[in-house]
Amino acid sequence: MSALVQAHDLAKTFDVSPPWLNRVLEGKPRQLLQAVDGVSFEIEKGKTLALVGESGCGKSTVARLLVGLYEPTRGGLNFDGQDAHAAFKVPEGRKLRRRIQMIFQDPYASLNPRWIVEDIIGEPLKEHGLITDKAALKARVGELLKSVGLSPLDMVKYPHQFSGGQRQRISIARALATEPEFLVCDEPTSALDVSVQAQVLNIMKDLQRERGLTYLFISHNLAVVRHVSDQVGVMYLGRLVELADKQTLFANPRHPYTRMLLDAIPEMHNTGRARTPVQGEVPNPLNPPSGCSFHPRCPYANERCKSERPQLLSIAGAKIACHAVEEGRI
Amino acid sequence: MSLLQVKNLVVEFPGRRGTLRALDDISFEIAPGEILGVVGESGAGKSLTGASIIGLLEPPGRVASGQILLEGERIDNLGHEQMRRIRGRRIGAIFQDPLTSLNPLYTVGRQLVETIQTHLPVSAEEARRRAIGLLQDTGIPAAEQRIDHYPHQFSGGMRQRVVIALALAAEPKLIVADEPTTALDVSIQAQIITLLKTICKQHGAAVMLITHDMGVIAETCDRVAVMYAGRIAEIGPVHEVINHPAHPYTVGLMASIPDMAVDRERLNQIDGAMPRLNAIPHGCAFNPRCPKVFDRCKSERPELMDAGATRAACWLHDAKSRGGAA
Repeated sequence: MSALVQAHDLAKTFDVSPPWLNRVLEGKPRQLLQAVDGVSFEIEKGKTLALVGESGCGKSTVARLLVGLYEPTRGGLNFDGQDAHAAFKVPEGRKLRRRIQMIFQDPYASLNPRWIVEDIIGEPLKEHGLITDKAALKARVGELLKSVGLSPLDMVKYPHQFSGGQRQRISIARALATEPEFLVCDEPTSALDVSVQAQVLNIMKDLQRERGLTYLFISHNLAVVRHVSDQVGVMYLGRLVELADKQTLFANPRHPYTRMLLDAIPEMHNTGRARTPVQGEVPNPLNPPSGCSFHPRCPYANERCKSERPQLLSIAGAKIACHAVEEGRI
Repeated sequence: MSLLQVKNLVVEFPGRRGTLRALDDISFEIAPGEILGVVGESGAGKSLTGASIIGLLEPPGRVASGQILLEGERIDNLGHEQMRRIRGRRIGAIFQDPLTSLNPLYTVGRQLVETIQTHLPVSAEEARRRAIGLLQDTGIPAAEQRIDHYPHQFSGGMRQRVVIALALAAEPKLIVADEPTTALDVSIQAQIITLLKTICKQHGAAVMLITHDMGVIAETCDRVAVMYAGRIAEIGPVHEVINHPAHPYTVGLMASIPDMAVDRERLNQIDGAMPRLNAIPHGCAFNPRCPKVFDRCKSERPELMDAGATRAACWLHDAKSRGGAA
């Protein structure tokens, strides 16, 4: 059986050129930002793929490409065997949109403050024409609220009457309203406190088990990723540098960037450990380094890394884009 | 003698519908050169504690009672002008967002020189030399050139280094760092934490590190105070609090953090949420969410008491109620 979600060679370029007048008067060139550059992965039904990386590595752009908020510059998405981006364009594409839903990072910004919860959660149901009867809609919203651990009585309240964690549950209930099969979650817990984060992560896992949901889970927190995912993709400057099963990746990280990320996590139970933080910062994506974009920060970089861009190759059960790993130097 | 002593601090916000007590009877001390972590969830009062120490409580918030002593001298009742002289000179501050802590219209050099000259009697050249030295200390490459750049020309991590340099400019004895790494990526966070730790040791400054990230606390601090609903729930040496927490809230908090070392199907969760300030439960504020709650918790408020190697505000550790708890 082929995977439910297949992204192949996804790429998105943004035009960040100065305005036309400045280009003409000041002779400034057009400028293109390669936010996502050739990302491919597959997610089996009922599984979770996590994407990790630092700010600006393109993980949120991938999320938006998958739900059709952005049109890819190159490549595409196959969902359940059909070309999703072609389907989004035609009127029947609504059926597909119903099956792919998104949960956003900020539970304060993603809920309309002037709507009550019933309208927020009921909107996708009305929009897709799934339920038109008013009483039935109320009953369904109540059910959805119960499934995320809130009370049906909460449906007459406004978002400001809830805490951050409760709001994120409302977002989850809204995303579940159309009974989607695939949920794209963009940093769903990073705005929450740890004890509340635990509540939300537990609900997401329970729902996945009950409904066989497939998740793309985006996060910068590796401990959270380790908890929720089956597969992990590590992104750096718009490209996947390592893609592996959770166990493989955490037990045996191969790419130097993955190692660096794992090394940078503060450890809880080994206090006072001296660590050697990796020097340098993520380069400007407008002017990415030649060859492997990680080479200026990489302790294993050589001449080949500076000139030739590594491809994502299958090495020992994982996919890794690194010359040093390929040549067996690390 | 302690560098900083906070005694029974109460901070209140008078409002139309009554007064809200945001900090309720907080006491702790920081020794010279020590790093004290303050951890807790949003709204627990960690930032307010920091703000009252540096005298930057937003009105109508005010210190209603209690004392704050810096090197044995009261600083909570000082006037605006006197406090301004202490801030920067004797207490440095580092805030979460490095972009809003710097003036975008001035070069970082001008801001550093201004800070140094406000507090120390040095010439302009000497101040500039010191400023370059500070930038070098904080690991900014090509400090001689970078000193004449504006804040927007620095990346987030570099800006936070500038803010640390600025906090250290007048060689204060205490630095209050409020979520200094929250806005940064993990790889940069690791660099900044290491920097903060080494540079404070170098300059002999004590640090009060406010954060919600237990991992950062574990790596950096000597002691940690866990706050809940405007009070200190537990305080003690950092490895004791992390490995043998005594307060049920600390236990729950520690268990809810996803662990890199252990695979668990479900995370432990503390049900419910922290109470709002206008609805703090009677007795122990944590009692509605506490798995070990008993009668006394609902009627009587616990103060900090000895609990093994740490001090916890929990009746479980009181000799009198121990029989009832079991």
